[in-house]
Amino acid sequence: MANTTTAGSASHISLSRVLGPAHVWALGVGIVLVGEYTGWNFSADKGGALAALIICWVVGLLYTSVAMIDSEVTSTVAAAGGQYAQAKHIVGPLMAFNVALYLVFAYTMLEVSNAIVVADIVKAYQGEGFGDWHYKGVIATVIIVLAALNYRGVLMTLNLNLVITAIAFLAIIILFFSVQPWSQGTVLKLGQMVTPENALPYGWLGVIAGFHWGIWYYLGIEGTTQAAEEVRSPARSLPYGTMAGMITLIIGASLTWYICASLLPWQYLGFTYFPLFDAGKLTGNKGLEVLMFAATVLAATASANGCINDAARAWFSLGRDRYIPQWFSAVHPKYRTPYRSIIFLVPIALAFAFTANLGQAITFSILSGVLHYTFMSLNIIAFRNKWPLGSIRRGYTHPFHPLPAIVLLILCVVTFFAIFLGYGAQLTAMVVFYIIMSLWFHFYRYQYVKRGAQFTMPWPKPKGY
Amino acid sequence: MWMTIANIGWVISGLLAAWMLYDWFSTDSSYSEESLTSSREGEIEAFTEKHKV
Repeated sequence: MANTTTAGSASHISLSRVLGPAHVWALGVGIVLVGEYTGWNFSADKGGALAALIICWVVGLLYTSVAMIDSEVTSTVAAAGGQYAQAKHIVGPLMAFNVALYLVFAYTMLEVSNAIVVADIVKAYQGEGFGDWHYKGVIATVIIVLAALNYRGVLMTLNLNLVITAIAFLAIIILFFSVQPWSQGTVLKLGQMVTPENALPYGWLGVIAGFHWGIWYYLGIEGTTQAAEEVRSPARSLPYGTMAGMITLIIGASLTWYICASLLPWQYLGFTYFPLFDAGKLTGNKGLEVLMFAATVLAATASANGCINDAARAWFSLGRDRYIPQWFSAVHPKYRTPYRSIIFLVPIALAFAFTANLGQAITFSILSGVLHYTFMSLNIIAFRNKWPLGSIRRGYTHPFHPLPAIVLLILCVVTFFAIFLGYGAQLTAMVVFYIIMSLWFHFYRYQYVKRGAQFTMPWPKPKGY
Repeated sequence: MWMTIANIGWVISGLLAAWMLYDWFSTDSSYSEESLTSSREGEIEAFTEKHKV
């Protein structure tokens, strides 16, 4: 497909509006689906197999709240940067700066985790002889090839994501029907694997501790909003794509738990890096084993691809408002992508991927994500108070307000506690980092920001101002 | 097989990294900085998208 533009009266070079709801779905589900292939299962290590299921649904509730809240605000604030642009208009510049940092860290660390996952599974599949050079070669290939794809254009990038995400999701469905779920005992042995004695081996504290990894079931679905400036109809496409993505993920997460908990003992389930791949192997069907290997690689690739897209948009948005040097806000005149931001983040991702381990990278990503969700719960309350229903046009209005915001806030507090139990030092270090960056922004960087120009939404004054 | 793929991956990564750097510098030298950073938030651009299938 050729995509040409002709200049009208303005000569601004902007991001290209070429995406539809399917691309939004591919971006959101593409980022997240890797969580079903690896990561969620560590919650079984913290609290047992039943805890992993409880967390799957409770965290699903958290993310349904995230998706509903996000859909309402983003259908109104349709700009690249997503929650960054929302925070800027609704709370203020310092909050926006922090939110953008959460986004860049969450997505870059997720990209790093995905590259490590691909290298790990290839190493596990290849066996002996696969040395450090080859391992790093796989990591470099994932990060650089996908960065080049993102550099080349958003339409091609998300078309690829649509195809590989659909294949990865279809693989879970194929595995589910292949193990004859209608006939417990033939292949699946849930009754033997999960018993009243081992269902919750560490009690309810284990369930809470497992929230840390349970986040991985859905981490990143809110990334759909980063495409806001590149979809043809943000008010329609973003809510449709995001909500369809959540439905897909809840189905995928439930099927994944059912298959894995019925085939793998909980001690192994909480330890393995590739639960679905292992489940495929345990069926004894070579075709299923190869399918789940390929699907794991594809899911991680789709996730890394979406993360590069989102991290670059958040960084680009910061540059456009001069929160960081404006140099980063350049748009490629031919490919219409934030090319400098894409290139800038490549060596950072490579440096982390070559030196960090998977657990650290995932934890940094989850920490930034949960900080971000905490902001969202407070943001929607401020949004509804300052601009009540009817005062501005909304593409989507989420129901039961403020219940989703309260549920989201409570679950974020529980998740912070869970992270503190396992990674207290990282949590503290990350919070200190954001405080230092906030001080830098407030006392130094904000003098370079064009204060009037950063607020672009044609809204009436907020209520009470 | 995967070791060969990893070696090919290094070569492809090197070529693509070189292409991105080349394109970056040639783009920066062909357009003014003002033009490249002219994108504005919230702006429905005044360009007309034409798609040819």
